[in-house]
Amino acid sequence: MSWWLLVALAAGAYGFKAVGLLAFDARPPSPAVLRPLRLLPPAILAGLVVVQTFAADGTLVLDARAAGVAAGAVLAWRRAPFLVVIVGAAAVTAGVRALG
Amino acid sequence: MPDPPPRPADVRDGVVLGAAVGLFGVTFGVLATTSGLGVAQACAMSLLVFTGASQFAAVGVLAAGGSPASALGSALLLAARNGVYGLALHRTLRGPRLRRLLAAQLVIDESTAMALGQADPRHAARAFWVTGVSVFVFWNLGTLAGALGGDALGDPERWGLDAAFPAGFIALAVPHLATRAGRVAAVTGAVVALVAVPLTPAGAPILLASLGAVVALRVAPGPGEPGPDDIVRDPAP
Repeated sequence: MSWWLLVALAAGAYGFKAVGLLAFDARPPSPAVLRPLRLLPPAILAGLVVVQTFAADGTLVLDARAAGVAAGAVLAWRRAPFLVVIVGAAAVTAGVRALG
Repeated sequence: MPDPPPRPADVRDGVVLGAAVGLFGVTFGVLATTSGLGVAQACAMSLLVFTGASQFAAVGVLAAGGSPASALGSALLLAARNGVYGLALHRTLRGPRLRRLLAAQLVIDESTAMALGQADPRHAARAFWVTGVSVFVFWNLGTLAGALGGDALGDPERWGLDAAFPAGFIALAVPHLATRAGRVAAVTGAVVALVAVPLTPAGAPILLASLGAVVALRVAPGPGEPGPDDIVRDPAP
């Protein structure tokens, strides 16, 4: 990898990170913008969950991750502590992989 | 504004999440150096680019014989979601511009999710910084260890760690599901991402999932609905 590519990638990645944070510096968001922004967190989190659970190389797959995430979802729904949720999910996925 | 009561659980959770990410940093360091990057380049990438999915994509495209332009394109499409994260965090991260320019480098999946999972905005800022710094430190230490050949831990997927992150994001989404608008946003985001995965290049599904917020406004626009920022979570875990 050339260093120029690395620098371009770093600049582009930082640009995306900064532009969202600084977007409203010039003008505070109007209520029409603010209301969908407040609903971004559940939409983003749900998208992340789907991609990290079911996506593999541009296809949808059902593998050991889904079993662990399902266990984690039950724990989360029952308001288990965060660490219990992530350790439980990892343990179930590791167990399914060990059996498979 | 008085300091919020101590929430050691937030700090602990952020540190543990960072350590888990660090194990994938080891994987990245190994993959980068076996794909032809020098140790200095692998470490510079984790320090300067610091967004894991983009780093894996860039190295993967090059290792598969792709052009630098396609490596850059794939990586930047994955990095674009961090822009949406910044928009979602604009209420959490306030203060001097210099501090926010520093915070920008830490705007990634884990720090954003941990911040958005806190109902109290004062807890959210701390969750962001603790998680962001923790991930930064562990990701870079992991990259260095992996690049130097310290692959003694083996594949973190063997320990199921790849399932830990989405499960954690579910836990962080739960407070947002208290309102009908929040539930509609989450379900729409999930369905859009599911449909988009086989149809769009990596990175696009999460960007498209943010449309769930717009759909939720249409379906559940009730002015009486409290927003996610208005939810008061139990003060103690």
